[in-house]
Amino acid sequence: MRLPAVAALALLLLSALPAGAVKPDEMLADPRLESRARALSEELRCLVCQNQSIDDSDADLARDLRLLVRERIAAGDSDRGVLDYLVARYGEFVLLRPRFNLQTALLWLTPFAVLALGGLAIARGVRRRAAAAPAAPLDDDERARLAALLAEDR
Amino acid sequence: MIVELGHYALVLALALALVQAVVPIWGARIGDAALMATAGPTAAGQFLFVALSFAALTWAHVVSDFSVANVFENSHSLKPMIYKISGVWGNHEGSMLLWVTILALFGALVAVFGRNLPPILKADVLGVQAWVAAAFYLFVLVTSNPFARLVSPPLEGRDLNPVLQDPGLAIHPPLLYLGYVGFSIAFSFAVAALIEGRIDAAWARWVRPWTLAAWVFLTLGIAMGSYWAYYELGWGGWWFWDPVENASLMPWLAGTALLHSAIVMEKRDALKIWTILLAVLAFSLSLLGTFLVRSGVLTSVHAFASDPTRGVFILAILVAFIGGSLTLFAIRAPGLTKGGLFAPISREGALVFNNLFLTSACAAVFFGTLYPLMLEAATGAKISVGAPFFDATFGPLMVPLLIAVPIGPFLAWKRGDLLAVAQRLAAVLALAMAGFAVTWWATRGGPVLAPLGVGLALWLVLGALAEVAFRVHLFSEAPRNALRRAVGLPRSAWGTMFAHLGLGLTLLGIVAESNWRIESILVMKPGDTVQVGRFSLAFDGVVMRRGPNFDEAVAGFAVRDGGGRPFRMEPSKRTFRARPMPTTETAIATYDGFSQLYLSLGDTQADGGVAMRIYWKPLVLLIWLGCVAMALGGCISLTDRRLRIGAPRPHRVAAEPPAGDPQPAE
Repeated sequence: MRLPAVAALALLLLSALPAGAVKPDEMLADPRLESRARALSEELRCLVCQNQSIDDSDADLARDLRLLVRERIAAGDSDRGVLDYLVARYGEFVLLRPRFNLQTALLWLTPFAVLALGGLAIARGVRRRAAAAPAAPLDDDERARLAALLAEDR
Repeated sequence: MIVELGHYALVLALALALVQAVVPIWGARIGDAALMATAGPTAAGQFLFVALSFAALTWAHVVSDFSVANVFENSHSLKPMIYKISGVWGNHEGSMLLWVTILALFGALVAVFGRNLPPILKADVLGVQAWVAAAFYLFVLVTSNPFARLVSPPLEGRDLNPVLQDPGLAIHPPLLYLGYVGFSIAFSFAVAALIEGRIDAAWARWVRPWTLAAWVFLTLGIAMGSYWAYYELGWGGWWFWDPVENASLMPWLAGTALLHSAIVMEKRDALKIWTILLAVLAFSLSLLGTFLVRSGVLTSVHAFASDPTRGVFILAILVAFIGGSLTLFAIRAPGLTKGGLFAPISREGALVFNNLFLTSACAAVFFGTLYPLMLEAATGAKISVGAPFFDATFGPLMVPLLIAVPIGPFLAWKRGDLLAVAQRLAAVLALAMAGFAVTWWATRGGPVLAPLGVGLALWLVLGALAEVAFRVHLFSEAPRNALRRAVGLPRSAWGTMFAHLGLGLTLLGIVAESNWRIESILVMKPGDTVQVGRFSLAFDGVVMRRGPNFDEAVAGFAVRDGGGRPFRMEPSKRTFRARPMPTTETAIATYDGFSQLYLSLGDTQADGGVAMRIYWKPLVLLIWLGCVAMALGGCISLTDRRLRIGAPRPHRVAAEPPAGDPQPAE
């Protein structure tokens, strides 16, 4: 349902000057570093927005974070280092891909658990029902009737 | 006066819904045909009154009656007529009224088209439908009355949210609601079957067309919303894994699973219990979506939906219907007869595989959307779940499913032969591999997974074509015979082909757009020229223009494709006079059929330049055209003979599908 998301965005536009997210003046000169910054930006949440990455968001805070990411990259941090730095400052909430830990284990594992348990349940059901109703071979009578039916059909 | 009549009509609809919710079901229990027969007329009457109510609100918007609070808050006398009409549902109250109108429409359609439904089933289905309707009429009347008047009417309205002033608003919500609410029919059928405690193949024949119709609308609604976001928001994205989008994707996934499991139930009388559960789940997820969007639970930023009383009311509806139907399911399901044995490698097996993966993917979306809420409620810890999470979970769960799609329709019912299928699909596999190799070679050094994606998309598209080709003996018989067979092929087989082919096209679009788009973000001054891909764009400055209720800054570009003649593209920014809120109007030009050049105007810089976002998006249109092909497949399947002639009467239940082709498939 796009409509309320669009409306939400409209609200965001109210609070910040409009423009499409990353602005030319923020970008790093080195295209390799800049592309790393863009990739990292997609992993980071604009903390004041509704589920937007700082790469998409127009809010002032997103701009600050984008600049911060670029600053850390320019200072020689690894991708991991940049993320650690931001988590230390803003908490796990800043990550759009939650790190796997005790708190998020359910989140990460449930879809695959559904798959595994569903698969097991299906496999068990198939086996049980195959065992419960073995396909009995036709006896002579049935074979005769089958032949008669087939002949009739022709 | 008209507005009060509309309000009163809604109250009457509620009264009729309450009658319809009790009398027919009671009649069915005591075996009174007269009581059961009230279901049809009440359903029709309900729709009549809701339609009147909706018409009254539309009238108030059309004539700009600002004494109505809803019109005052969402309209403006200068607003173009199309937005006066679509503005009726561009707000909370109006959109809920549209919701119940569509719900009543579906109930009335069942009443009209359900003439040859078994009377008890019909009474129960319409009764359950009325429970849902009554709950939502109450919701509208108690918490979201669109007909409230203002004591001192203002002269001018506050205008509709500018971002919503777009043709997308006229199409997207109605389509989406037709899909959401359409699943209520499958739900009502499922609950009716649970009340009765029996299901037969006729049940599946009844449920499938309604599910299919709802699915077609939901598919188109989601695609339309995605395209709207793409051209309106101005940064070229088309899917954001936003909770609101996920709310529509979940019922779609469950509905897609339901479509496929209903096939097994109809043809082979198997998977009955599971199909019932899916029918309950699909609509439950629609209700959940309504709750997520309407209650404001997703945090406060949503423009309409922050009043907690509404949230609590919908939550109560949600708990009552989902909890009630699942409890009923838990009581009744063990007593339902199981049917239809099949080997793991068979058409049924393939459809079970489809259901398993779609359900898991749906679980990924469900947990990704709700887990932050649950965790915060349970521990107070705040985490975010965004696109990278869904890419990492939903993606891997879809890949095995996509690989299996072309194989499924080739498998025989009951017991399939994988080796024989492999032989038939060998050519398709070879072509898909060739596609992979060529793409890999042509884009050396580019993204690694992209060529694999192209190969998979080709596998889907060619596999869908191959299925029909084999069934009409295209390569083994004279063209005339093949044509004769093609005409005789069940429509549902054509439907399958288009739907699966569409899936491949969408995948191809996604792979191409996300891996090979070219992006250029820069500041341009009048006279500047920039090269993006094969295009050169010359910027000649910004001019101001006046629209009916907005002012517009328009940037002019002369675009050259290679050495060709230049043509103009004019991205703009609008500021609405009633609400000083800017919107981006992107300029989009389509090339080579499916690729687009996309220009979006940013803000003006201190030095007089403008910030521009320019994209070249290869094959991007395929993302939505693929969805259209899927919907087309659904429509073709709806015209299948066995759906046209309706459900078989009891003495014909055992009759085989029409002869001519050995195994009619979906």
